[in-house]
Amino acid sequence: MELGPYLILASLEGAVTAAVLALTAVGLSLVFGVMRVVNIAHGEFFMLGAVIAWWVAHITGGHPAIGFALALIVAPVLVGVIAVAADMTILKRLDYDPERTIVATIGLLYIIQQLTLMTYGPEARPVEAPFNTRLAIPWFKNGEDGWQMIWPWGLGTTSYKLAVIGAAVTVLLGVWALMKRTRIGLVMRATQADREMALAFGIPVERVYAMVFGLGAALAALAAVLIVPIQQAHYLMGGDPLLLSFIVVIIGGLGSLPGTVLAAVLIGLSDGIISVFFSPTLAKILATLLVGLVLVFRPQGLLGKRGV
Amino acid sequence: MLVLDKISSGYGRAQILRDLSLTVRSGEILCLLGRNGAGKTTTMQTIMGLLPLMSGRIALDGKDIGSLSAHRVPQAGIGYVPQGRRLFTGLSVAQNLEIGLLARHSGPDTLEEVLTLFPRLRERYRQRAETLSGGEQQMLATARALCLRPKALLLDEPTEGLQPSMIEAIRQVIVQMRAAGVAILLVEQRVDAVLSVADRVAFIENGQGGEVIEAETLRQDHSIVERYIGV
Repeated sequence: MELGPYLILASLEGAVTAAVLALTAVGLSLVFGVMRVVNIAHGEFFMLGAVIAWWVAHITGGHPAIGFALALIVAPVLVGVIAVAADMTILKRLDYDPERTIVATIGLLYIIQQLTLMTYGPEARPVEAPFNTRLAIPWFKNGEDGWQMIWPWGLGTTSYKLAVIGAAVTVLLGVWALMKRTRIGLVMRATQADREMALAFGIPVERVYAMVFGLGAALAALAAVLIVPIQQAHYLMGGDPLLLSFIVVIIGGLGSLPGTVLAAVLIGLSDGIISVFFSPTLAKILATLLVGLVLVFRPQGLLGKRGV
Repeated sequence: MLVLDKISSGYGRAQILRDLSLTVRSGEILCLLGRNGAGKTTTMQTIMGLLPLMSGRIALDGKDIGSLSAHRVPQAGIGYVPQGRRLFTGLSVAQNLEIGLLARHSGPDTLEEVLTLFPRLRERYRQRAETLSGGEQQMLATARALCLRPKALLLDEPTEGLQPSMIEAIRQVIVQMRAAGVAILLVEQRVDAVLSVADRVAFIENGQGGEVIEAETLRQDHSIVERYIGV
């Protein structure tokens, strides 16, 4: 058995995990960075995205691509609206106090989870991928006729998985452009730098907060829509993305978007490779160990700045 | 003209200001003098709406601004240069100024005027705010407030920790703003710096307003200052 093809397969699986994780974690990081709110309910926004995607695809019928394309828009928007409502009715009334918002978002987690259980039910339901062509993984082998391309038996990925990676990269570039190149991004970064001074220079901080919270939740929902043809929608599916997002955000540096993406790629790829060659449990153990090491030796994270 | 009419304010339940009244006329520099903890910075934060107004009234050119939410206060025309500068770190000089311009939709001509006042900022235009020297940072903090085309300007210890040439540069700009008809409220620790620039001096003690005296009188008779400040 050759190692090479398996390594490519593992890396591809890891890249899919990394892509979805990066989107989810960037949402969490954005909310923490700008609002200083630790959103425990972030995983539930992810789950809602998946459930809404199933629901949209189920109602639409017809070719799976139509329902999926619709879900790609409806789920993030709807989840974003729910998050904005949660921000205005709950977080704003707590004055965005760091401790109380943690407790409040824990409450939000259970409310969303149980409401989903009561309405959607305990089943895991699949959403059909819009396209799903099987692609064999090529490998080069030096045989009797010199180098030739072979397709090792049983190793393959799908066009959909490659599309997930592409979509995540596109969205992340979009978020980067939003933060660095637009006026809204400038206002968001000013609010992140100094909330009081933002107010003193006419920035409607409460509106910025509501928008950021909605955007963060929408990113999680979008990630879930992308993953649901691979993973199925279930009311408890928010736990893992929440834990992994926290791991990624801590390793990358709280509030640092490039750090978050870097850590997501690191954790995602290592998760894929270790899962394929050893076991998924070992992958989680190593990721958690890495968090411990980062917290001890580089508390500000890989790309984070030292706090004031 | 900026009028504070018997304002009370504080942090949470701790009241700091008690029925403080002040009037800053357009085209004058009123200096607020008082010991540490007397409520000078609190006064400025209350005007900006960053601390809740418990009672009293704040008006700018006759328009009530005490009841506005915090982000509306600068939009009404108040520029704030806070203690410790508090620039938007991570943002460039240009972006810090852009935030100032956005507040009152000031045009590029305002930016041009401000950069003419502080040519040093033009040289540092693309640099990040936190990489500037202390004096340059103070220039940026002042310039950012001027980008609002303010009717009233609040300056909280603008010359703290600066070298003399920088102090002079900042002072020049303040005097120019006075000539342009801006109402200027200045908090300053160093009495000599105050007396060289102020038109009137208001004393504040334990959150309550004291005497308001023409600066000219104080220049001739230092003993009044010593009574309040205890130097």
